Amino acid sequence: MRNPLSKTIVEIEPSGIRKFFDIVSEMEDAVSLGVGEPDFDTPWHIRDEGIYSLEKGRTFYTSNSGLKELRMEIARYLKRHYDLDYDYNDEIFVTVGGSEAIDLAMRAMLDPGDEVLIPQPSYVSYLPCAVLANGTPVTIELKAENEFRLTAEQLEAAVTPKTKLLILPFPNNPTGAIMEKSNLEAVAEVIRRHDLYVLSDEIYSELTYLEHHVSIASLPGMWERTIVINGFSKSHAMTGWRLGYACGPKKIIEQMLKIHQFAIMCAPTTSQYAAVEALRNGDGDVKQMREEYNGRRRYLLHRFKEMGLECFEPFGAFYAFPCIKEFGMTSDEFATRLLNAKKVAVVPGTAFGASGEGYIRISYAYSIESLKLALGRIEEFINELRKKE
Amino acid sequence: MREKILTYIEKNSKINLAELAIALGVEETALLAEIEAMENEHIICGYPTLINWDKAGIETVTALIEVRVTPQRGMGFDKVAERIYNYPEVNSIYLISGGFDFMVTIEGKTLREVSQFVSEKLSTLDTVLSTKTNFILKKYKDHGTVMAAPAKDERIMMI
Repeated sequence: MRNPLSKTIVEIEPSGIRKFFDIVSEMEDAVSLGVGEPDFDTPWHIRDEGIYSLEKGRTFYTSNSGLKELRMEIARYLKRHYDLDYDYNDEIFVTVGGSEAIDLAMRAMLDPGDEVLIPQPSYVSYLPCAVLANGTPVTIELKAENEFRLTAEQLEAAVTPKTKLLILPFPNNPTGAIMEKSNLEAVAEVIRRHDLYVLSDEIYSELTYLEHHVSIASLPGMWERTIVINGFSKSHAMTGWRLGYACGPKKIIEQMLKIHQFAIMCAPTTSQYAAVEALRNGDGDVKQMREEYNGRRRYLLHRFKEMGLECFEPFGAFYAFPCIKEFGMTSDEFATRLLNAKKVAVVPGTAFGASGEGYIRISYAYSIESLKLALGRIEEFINELRKKE
Repeated sequence: MREKILTYIEKNSKINLAELAIALGVEETALLAEIEAMENEHIICGYPTLINWDKAGIETVTALIEVRVTPQRGMGFDKVAERIYNYPEVNSIYLISGGFDFMVTIEGKTLREVSQFVSEKLSTLDTVLSTKTNFILKKYKDHGTVMAAPAKDERIMMI
């Protein structure tokens, strides 16, 4: 029989972290700080709209680009929150989560040989998506001393004549790093000078704790070279609804929409009706959740300080990225031993790229009680390690 | 800061105040002072416990009583309310807009105890015109808290 498989697909490395997650899920009494989604339920008024839309029999496809009402609400929301101007007609469309939009953007923008700059540590799908789009991924190693922000120097050093697209994943999963306006301005100058495009993944934009999130697309000369990706998963605790969106210049959006049309048809209708409600009446929920996360964040950092665990202050998302280099083991080893010894699950930093070595990702999408319990065990674990030395 | 403190302790009056101070990003002494001030100003009126008596296997009866009254000259509703809330059996009393005047909740050990209170004490007050007693059959949610045990965390590890 002939080999049924595509060489490109087979050559993409499977996520190594799966095996670790399987062990965690088998462990009965494990305490997890590993989950990457909100612990809040979707606010009831949003769920209610979803139910209502089902009751009314709104069970058909929507237009490929999504409900007009929803796109209009997205346009208003982006203007209201980030001063971004997009025409709901042809500069915004609704996707199955932010992750679909990442895939589409790369497929629409890359030709074989085009280099895609991917700052790491970052979300796991950028690299395989670049490969699937026939692009050549080039990673940029973000540094702890820069609080895992991307600097203009690092970007400059990574650019070659083949560079076409920069992925900008801030607020960042797994580090919790953000890019402040001045950081973005420095990077934007390099982007414009080298005529690059940007895929700005802003899925955590509502979860920033220092100042209001700034989108790179709102800087001068950047709108026309940026695709902004956002969605409802993190801001409105709607992960399971699978709903995101992409915005950008019509020229790019219409090509992305073409792939979406053939591969997906449209995002789930029920979710879209719920999302209209989320944008119309959900700003209060978002604020309340952000405040709750911020309280946990402060608590987490306070506990790190108490146990002498080195960690830069993360100002975004719901992750902290403490350094575990003092224990002289790899992130993988640390996470495995912590799980076996104390039944606490964290994600090794290397799951997000080689530059995550020496770090672990701790999620604070957990109640303070759960954090307290898990952090108590982590403290025991590291104290035991320190004693042995 | 007061609103933030109140939002936290409304849900959990037993919250560890040292931890709450950290979560709010304030000094613990400042937090304690603020809470004490709110206690003194009677903004924080008490720290009762929300109990699922059914689960404890201890029988209780709760009644919501709609009360219509005639406010007496020079007394107004406040005085009438005072006459009613001074009875220790009265759990809460609200002045209500609409078809009746007060909503009174009574908690008793038995049906008999509650009806005795209504017929012998509440109804016999001069100002009370009529009462309508509704017994609570099951309590699903109280003080913003669902009485059933919270659902398990079903999230899975995913990056």
